Amino acid sequence: MLLKTVSQKTLGFSFLLVFLFFIMCASVVYGYTDTSWSTAKEAFTNFNGSNEHIILQSVRLPRSLIAACVGASLAVAGVLMQTLTKNPLASPGTFGINAGAGLSVVAAATLFSVGSLQAYTWLSFLGAAVAAIGVYCAGSFGREGLTPMKLTLAGAAIAALFSSLTQGLLVIDETALEQVLFWLAGSVQGRKLETLAGILPYLVIGWIISLLLASRLNLLSMGDDVAKSLGLRVGAIKIIAALCVILLAGGAVAIAGPVGFIGIVIPHVTRAAVGIDHRWVMPYSALLGAILLVAADILARYVIMPQEIPVGVMTAIIGTPFFIYIARKGFNAK
Amino acid sequence: MNKYKSFRLFGGFISYLLDKKAINVFAVLLLLLLALFLLSASAGQMFISPLQVAKALLGAGNELETMVITSFRLPRIVVAMMVGMALAVAGGILQGIIRNPLASPDIIGLTGGASFAVVSFLALFSDKNNSLTVSIGWLPLAAFAGAAITAFIVYSFAWKNGAAPTRLVLIGIGISALMQAGTTMMMILGPIYRASQANIWITGSVNGAKWTDVYILVPLVLIIMSIAFALGRNLNVQELGEDIALGMGTKVEKQRLFLLVIATALTGGAVAFGGGIGFVGLMAPHMARRLVGSDFGALLPVAALIGAVLVLVADLIGRTLFAPLEIPAGVFTASIGAPYFIYLLYKTRNT
Repeated sequence: MLLKTVSQKTLGFSFLLVFLFFIMCASVVYGYTDTSWSTAKEAFTNFNGSNEHIILQSVRLPRSLIAACVGASLAVAGVLMQTLTKNPLASPGTFGINAGAGLSVVAAATLFSVGSLQAYTWLSFLGAAVAAIGVYCAGSFGREGLTPMKLTLAGAAIAALFSSLTQGLLVIDETALEQVLFWLAGSVQGRKLETLAGILPYLVIGWIISLLLASRLNLLSMGDDVAKSLGLRVGAIKIIAALCVILLAGGAVAIAGPVGFIGIVIPHVTRAAVGIDHRWVMPYSALLGAILLVAADILARYVIMPQEIPVGVMTAIIGTPFFIYIARKGFNAK
Repeated sequence: MNKYKSFRLFGGFISYLLDKKAINVFAVLLLLLLALFLLSASAGQMFISPLQVAKALLGAGNELETMVITSFRLPRIVVAMMVGMALAVAGGILQGIIRNPLASPDIIGLTGGASFAVVSFLALFSDKNNSLTVSIGWLPLAAFAGAAITAFIVYSFAWKNGAAPTRLVLIGIGISALMQAGTTMMMILGPIYRASQANIWITGSVNGAKWTDVYILVPLVLIIMSIAFALGRNLNVQELGEDIALGMGTKVEKQRLFLLVIATALTGGAVAFGGGIGFVGLMAPHMARRLVGSDFGALLPVAALIGAVLVLVADLIGRTLFAPLEIPAGVFTASIGAPYFIYLLYKTRNT
């Protein structure tokens, strides 16, 4: 644990807040079109309709905001899932929730030519919910319930099924492939502010409920029996937390496509920094998740300029070594 | 009456205990495969009755039918069978080593690595006019290399005083996610024409198999598979668990590595020609286990036949059910395979 006292944690939190603001500004300023900090400032204080200003206002700003919201949501969803399943490798990506949301959007786009964003959002929630329930049921069969190993395998299988079906749909409809390929990799590019506005309420509800659940999650992480004997309604809390995961992960996928690994990396980093008290873990994870995704998005623009790497690929590159590290460290439960 | 028949070669270097029941099962499956073979050769846009197919194969059919069968359908069927066998045996081996009934080549990332290699190959070696700058014949080699390199990476990352099975699976899952990201990236970077080509391949399809493929694939699979069959008893020992295997005097790590190499070679070969046909490596060994029990000497050959049947059926459905659309065989194997996987999770609750 890096930060021990409350004042240290508060200080750290405000530092991260400032840093997030700074990196979001950086995300607005840096990119393929050469702009400077002063142009960026002018674009918002003294808009003159020039190309740069338009890009800054209508391309870069939404992108930066969306990256921050998606990153925060995925990280919080990751924390919830890891606590809920007591599995250090749990995250929306590894458990096939992202893939489920992806499949339902692709199916709607190819089979029923649904194009409206509102519909995508709901479909994405639906897909996330189906996948989450599926994995949870599949992994909880049996006497010993949800062992980490089982749940991870169930997630991998469900993810494999969904991505295979998605690919099958795309084979049939090649024009759709072109449209959704970038989305499928996870990307925050080319979305409008209205997109975010449509989904932000769900994300905000998810964040708030997660924060409110924090102290109960502390109890839950001591084990179901202990939590129950301390007067916690375990079943109800679990269901609410699972609904939160669906809101957060489904909403994030609806905007950005399946961005992986944030949900797995950030909770671990956060716990290393502030310990296991969820009242700190939640806000810290949200901030760190936002920072990571915004930073990854900036990097993704520069790696192979002038083209862009989808940010989902970027997070996978950052996240896999981490996943391997956790897997090697092993878990206590079998 | 004795249930088993023993069978030894080279002074016990290769030794089997053959279950008589397994021999019957094997024979029935062989007949089933033969029937499917004929059916598959007769079905298609131009229907040719199975009798005519048999005639054509024996060189007594009419010219057009013989042409359709030998130059279009036969290579495809043979490749489908070989791919199925290779995946099934690879899956059986992996389940033995990892001692987890849920392991399979796709889940530990071998298929993902091969896919990444193929997509990179298509993206890197195509010029501005979308034509490949090197021969497409190198593609299988790329897939093979991809599977091998991934296996190596997974194995070395899982190594920590020995490659424990659980770590092998988890790290495989991690690496395969990375490979998937890489695959998507390559598809985006390459021209869109290549992307759709790659997409069909990733989903897994034996469409467009040629005789040249058959000539490479058949010897490869048959040779490696026979080595695998001969190693059946090593697998039996592996499955008992690390401690018992050590106690029996087995060089556990060494054998594990060798078996892993065999499984990789089989997966690489299968993926090179058939793409990522998923879940066959998972399902076939399980079905085989239900039929003949868990002795690998009998299980692997039976699994191989079941694998061949599965891919053949998936391919047959894929090209006839929605004709003229071709659905990649991988879509069907995944839609049967994933529910089966979940059923297995449910079944293994007491272990």
